[in-house]
Amino acid sequence: MNTTRRRILAILPLLAVLIGILCAWPGAAAGRDLKKASFLPAWLPQAQFAGYYVAYEKGFYRDHGIDLTIIPGGPSHPSDWYLGQGLTEFAILWLPRGIQMRSSGTPVVNLAQIVQRSGLMLVAKKSSGIKSPEDMNGKKISTWGGGFQIQPNALFKKYGLSVEIIPQSSSVNLFLRGGVDVASAMWYNEYHTILNTGINPDELTTFFFSDFDLNFPEDGIYTLERVYKKDPSLCCAFVRASLEGWRYAFAHSGEAVDILMSYREKMGLPASRVHQEWMLRKIEELIEPNYSKRKIGVLSEADYQRVSASLEKEQMIETTPPFSSFYKSCDADSKK
Amino acid sequence: MSALILTFATAIFLVIFGYNYLFSRDLVLKCAEESALNLTDSSVNKIETVLTSLEKSCQNLVFLLENTPQTEESIGRILELVVSNNKDIFGSAVAFEPFAFDESRKFFAPYVYVDKGAIKKQYLGNSSYNYFLMDWYQIPKELKKPIWSEPYFDEGGGNIIMATYSAPFYKTEGGEKRFLGIATVDVSLDWLKKMVSEIHMYKTGFGFLLSRNGTVVTHPVESAIMNETIFSVAEARKSTKMREVGRSMINGGRGFIHTESPMIGKAGWLSYAPLPSSGWSLGVFIPEDELTADLYSLNRIVAVLGGSGFIVLLLVIIFISDSITKPLRALSEKTQDIASGNLDADLPAVKYNDEVGRLTRDFTSMREALRTYIAQLTEATAAKERIESELRIARDIQMGTLPKIFPPFPDDQAVDLYAIIEPAREVGGDFYDFFNVDDDHLCFVIGDVSGKGVPASLFMAITKTLIKVTAAPDLPPDEILTRVNNLLAEDNEACMFVTIFLGILDKRTGEIEYANGGHNLPILTPRKGELRFIEKSKGTVVGAMEGTVFQRGTLKLDCDDCLFLYTDGVTEAESAAAKFFSDQRLLDDLHEFQQSTPKEMALGIMEKVKSFTQGAPQSDDITMMILQFTGE
Repeated sequence: MNTTRRRILAILPLLAVLIGILCAWPGAAAGRDLKKASFLPAWLPQAQFAGYYVAYEKGFYRDHGIDLTIIPGGPSHPSDWYLGQGLTEFAILWLPRGIQMRSSGTPVVNLAQIVQRSGLMLVAKKSSGIKSPEDMNGKKISTWGGGFQIQPNALFKKYGLSVEIIPQSSSVNLFLRGGVDVASAMWYNEYHTILNTGINPDELTTFFFSDFDLNFPEDGIYTLERVYKKDPSLCCAFVRASLEGWRYAFAHSGEAVDILMSYREKMGLPASRVHQEWMLRKIEELIEPNYSKRKIGVLSEADYQRVSASLEKEQMIETTPPFSSFYKSCDADSKK
Repeated sequence: MSALILTFATAIFLVIFGYNYLFSRDLVLKCAEESALNLTDSSVNKIETVLTSLEKSCQNLVFLLENTPQTEESIGRILELVVSNNKDIFGSAVAFEPFAFDESRKFFAPYVYVDKGAIKKQYLGNSSYNYFLMDWYQIPKELKKPIWSEPYFDEGGGNIIMATYSAPFYKTEGGEKRFLGIATVDVSLDWLKKMVSEIHMYKTGFGFLLSRNGTVVTHPVESAIMNETIFSVAEARKSTKMREVGRSMINGGRGFIHTESPMIGKAGWLSYAPLPSSGWSLGVFIPEDELTADLYSLNRIVAVLGGSGFIVLLLVIIFISDSITKPLRALSEKTQDIASGNLDADLPAVKYNDEVGRLTRDFTSMREALRTYIAQLTEATAAKERIESELRIARDIQMGTLPKIFPPFPDDQAVDLYAIIEPAREVGGDFYDFFNVDDDHLCFVIGDVSGKGVPASLFMAITKTLIKVTAAPDLPPDEILTRVNNLLAEDNEACMFVTIFLGILDKRTGEIEYANGGHNLPILTPRKGELRFIEKSKGTVVGAMEGTVFQRGTLKLDCDDCLFLYTDGVTEAESAAAKFFSDQRLLDDLHEFQQSTPKEMALGIMEKVKSFTQGAPQSDDITMMILQFTGE
């Protein structure tokens, strides 16, 4: 009996290996003809893009038949330009920028709207006497260029404010030193940076655009129309793997932050773990806002029309492209 | 007792130890605070010297730019001079506003810097390096004053931390100041890092530098440098205190506080002071365990000394208390022995003339006194018992003298008589007697001698004998009493006396002649009619003084009438509630026995008296005699 048991025990590892091979078979089979693709997030590696980096590191893209290359974003890699030039298959753009590009002749399509709620905000020190939007009248306000100005401008118009706009760099030091009274900030990034220079939340006045009827959905996954037409299954595979990555990141936030920290360290970027943890927490709230009953990644036509109307009003686009041509849903979530 | 002493000794020891600890702790802390603040201040001064010299260079540059006309070449030459003349300067630039220097050039910013020991020059600014948006340009421009930038890593410069001092310069035209651009001086902060890392206090006390934003510029924990601010560290550790410390530091505060270094995970003391030029803050952290290491060793010594002193004290206390309590215990055992009756028990030998010795001696004399006393008591008791037994005999003899046979004259048809005496505890002086004087006359007498005891009984015996001897035929009762009185009073040194009622019954007629010597009046108890006390006859107690005169009284008994004679033992019989039986009660009770024989009457009244006294001991004899005339 002893020998029998020993034989069974000896077979066990072998069995395990066999089962492993069998399970991995489809993936391995797909591995032979993985489709090559590249992806460019809108900025440097940070928790804002946790889903994609996690999906990459966990092999989700590979599992969906994609041999993906992530191009690190950053100031020298503007995602709109890269995508427009066809230098990457997939890129992250904010919804207004996507609409603007399509309207101005660059045929981009939205494959998934990831960030539903706008994380863009204005921040002021209470010590500067700013407690309400009206208090900003006549003040120096720094804003980022391009698409980042649409919401602030709309807000200033709404309240009839005349303000002095100062271009804002990637740091908040101008604001911290008192060079401007109000600065733009992303809730998940600069706002936390400000808090971690020793300013307490109760010393700040914050204006979330989503609270002023100016909720512009932000990060979405875009590709060029020709890429989509050529291989819609590749596009949908990318979206599905990305959403899988997001869900995994939310469920395993520690691991997700670890992945991002290692990317940042490799690139010599300031790597503060608490900052990335904050960013992941906040981006989760923006991707899955409490009030939204939508599945992750869905672009609502109402949002699309509202943002387009604002852009037309701002004369940033001439016409609104048809929704059906702009948004190509893979309905990834329902198939999941 | 020793426990009490030990408790107090412990308390005192702890108080002293605690005070010593606190005092020395304060001393050590004060010392550490002073030296830490000194170290911090001196380090700050050293850094400031360098930084201000760099500021000077930049300000000189600004002075030249504002006050002398410059060409592209001259600017280049000045920058080269700035960089080559100050070894701490890594690079210097002059950056102009768009089209301000040359109307055809949006970007104009010559930059001279050191690269591997060689001085190189380049022009900053292009579509991807828009210096107008850089902090070093934008902030001084907006603030209109020079400023130190936040530290940053030199791009591609091999992990060299840099900081830039940048100052705006202006052109004054027609009294109006126009902003022209920014002059900068770049400094490698390597020397700063080295300097701060050389700050040491105790074994592992270290220095660290925070930028204006709280960014960790130098710290022994390398991974935090440029990655974390003191606030992000505080957030990670959920330490609000750390955050408060950070706010104080970056807001130009200085202090010496107790806190925790989350990065090395130790509690300790932090001394910090601002760098006035840049608004950065230098901190020196001293781990508490090192700061208090000396204190602990000092206190260990104190504790060991105190502890051993305590043990010695303990032993001494045990020894002393034992030497006190041991003889006491021995003494206590012996006294218990004595208390239980063994007066011959040996007391412990006296060793020392101390309190215990004296106590032992006192106990010895007390034992002797007790022994003597008990011996005397035994003797006295024996004597008393002897006397009492003799008294008992005397009593028996006395009682034996009273006639006890009833009816006394069984053949006499004319008279019936019954007497009863209940003796008190002590020998008393009651008596009664009756005898025939002649064939027709019966003499009867009842008396009570004053006082008690042997004297009373002797006096009673004398009185009784005298009455018997004196009574003679035809001698009236008053005469008998007169004679007896005189005889008794003659040699009555003790001044005793006796009350006597003496009567003589004519057995033929029932007439009675009587005389009363101060005795209770007898009660006439007729068969028919009212009971009454017989009439008084003059006379006082017998034997008190010679010549007392007694009056004769007469009384006639009808057939079967009784005369009830008694002593005050009857009427003054006491109940437990200290009430007397009383004349009235006697008179009332006698009604029941109007038809009885003398014996029934005597026993009946005795029964009444006893039920009244309820067995309470009586101090007086109770005596009754009933005479019934049955003649005629």
